[in-house]
Amino acid sequence: MSLADQPADRTGARLAPPAAATGTPSGPAELPTRRGATARLLRSELGLVLGRRRNQVLLAGLAAVPLLMGIVLFVTQDTPVAGQGPAFFDRVTGNGLFLVFTSLFVCLPFLLPLTIGIASGDAVAGEAAAGTLRYLLVTPVPRTRLLVAKALGALVFAACAVLAIAVMGLAVGAALFGLDDVTLLSGDTIPLAEGALRALGVVAYVALSLTGLVAVGLFFSTLTEVPVAAMAATVVVAIVSGVLDALPQLSAIHPGLLTHHWLDFGEFLRLQVDAGVLLEGLAVQAAWVVVFGALAWSRFTTADISS
Amino acid sequence: MSEGSAASSDLAVRTRGLTKRFRSGQVAVAGIDLAVPRGAVYGFLGPNGSGKTTTIRMLLGLVAPTSGEIELLGQPLPGGLGLALPRVGALVEGPAFHPYLVGRANLERLDAADATTDPRTRAARIAAALERVGLTAAAGKKYRQYSLGMKQRLGLAAALLRPRDLLLLDEPTNGLDPQGTREVRTLVRELADGGTTVLVSSHLLSEIEQVCSHIGIMSRGNLLVQGPRKDLTATGRAELRVTTSAGQAGHAAQALEGLGLAGPTVRETGATAVLSTELGEVAPEKVSQVIVSEGIDLIGLEVRRPTLENLFVELTGEGFDVAR
Repeated sequence: MSLADQPADRTGARLAPPAAATGTPSGPAELPTRRGATARLLRSELGLVLGRRRNQVLLAGLAAVPLLMGIVLFVTQDTPVAGQGPAFFDRVTGNGLFLVFTSLFVCLPFLLPLTIGIASGDAVAGEAAAGTLRYLLVTPVPRTRLLVAKALGALVFAACAVLAIAVMGLAVGAALFGLDDVTLLSGDTIPLAEGALRALGVVAYVALSLTGLVAVGLFFSTLTEVPVAAMAATVVVAIVSGVLDALPQLSAIHPGLLTHHWLDFGEFLRLQVDAGVLLEGLAVQAAWVVVFGALAWSRFTTADISS
Repeated sequence: MSEGSAASSDLAVRTRGLTKRFRSGQVAVAGIDLAVPRGAVYGFLGPNGSGKTTTIRMLLGLVAPTSGEIELLGQPLPGGLGLALPRVGALVEGPAFHPYLVGRANLERLDAADATTDPRTRAARIAAALERVGLTAAAGKKYRQYSLGMKQRLGLAAALLRPRDLLLLDEPTNGLDPQGTREVRTLVRELADGGTTVLVSSHLLSEIEQVCSHIGIMSRGNLLVQGPRKDLTATGRAELRVTTSAGQAGHAAQALEGLGLAGPTVRETGATAVLSTELGEVAPEKVSQVIVSEGIDLIGLEVRRPTLENLFVELTGEGFDVAR
């Protein structure tokens, strides 16, 4: 170990630029929070989430779905089974843009919840399991700020997951089938530019539809030091919600279920988009975010960190 | 036991009645009054499971005390945690980093999380910290490829990312070879010379004894003793052993009692007898003068001061077994 001179840089590092010092709350102001500190934490968190090989593989796996479906459709388009398949499947060969919709439709029941479960379940529990959580907290990062950073990291990853499917769907669809004016569910046709806008709306709605599940996963993530447990529990919540949604006897609770409104993104393909339907879906997500966000916060800000 | 008279500003760490009872009912820390003077190297000793790590976790705000008060660098916890912690470097229960990131990236991650450091000096500070712990050559290696000793060094580097007023080092020599252990001791001494207060915990007394100015000994959640090291080993516990010829043992015993020493135990071995008693405040040269002036054969005179190791074993029981 070298004899690097510790005391020499003592004062230098402790002085903050005057700009950073103003506006900080009073008190012993020897260590003011520097400007952009939250942004740096967020950037670091995003770098960690998006730089991680496992997460990149997940995104690649999601992007493979439209690629596979596009190839299958392309190869089979002149055979008798052409067009048989999930929603919007039969329209893809006529307009590549529909590959975006059909891919999202296919991924929503399981692949996207799985991805969200991994990202959000790992958020806090992963750091706890690695032991890095205690070092972040003593750095110090206030617990609320860390939880917000973790939540945003998981949300950005969820958005990336949806975008990976959409962008790949658009690219493959355009390459194999070309883009054209969009024929809506009603049979009316709108120009491609408006169709593209509506596709953007679909992507945004699907991404926002996943926020409730992110909050659930984040809460589970604060309960355990075993990331896999939090991930699995999150996926189970999505699946159970889907099962309950399929039971007509429970129709009374259906509107509040986490997954009930997920497929309402089809609304964007009607001539008159009913904003009420979309807003109801988003309101349900907001409610789940508030409830489970609050649970995660109250748990994480009071828990003993013994990992 | 505690330095109750010291003003809290003289203490880098001060706790009063600090207690942690886990939900299981187990009392990990049972009302301790820790007093770590500023500038001290405080050896926090005790067998595994004696409550050292739980105490350190409470000092760092990771675990909430069941009762009791903590002052860290003059800041009362938990309110002052945000002000105190940037000035505290810590190694808690071993190093922990992201295994898939290289050493330097792990330090960058921690530094980015610190709201009080200057990002413009980050690269230089990280390089200096790595250099300081001798890890520069392995900075670009993934953490998972590190040996235990390298991991420990990276943990120390993280604690040294910025100038600190207090270092809480929990078992910093764990996993290090003798050379590494010596380097850690040297590092602790350097830091202390630079004015940093260091609290270093260990269950292996011999590894840190030499660098400590103060010692606290934990056992079963209790702080049995604490204070300056020389006081602990130089208290009135020194034992006096006087060897005379066997026939004069009774006379010698009277002479010792005449000096105010407690009645000595006499053990005769052949032609000689060994009288032993607690030395107390009496000067050893005074003992020899009196015995010689009484005409007693003084064959040997020995003062046995307790070593820290004796004290440790005496207080915590034999050996370094798990306490519970």
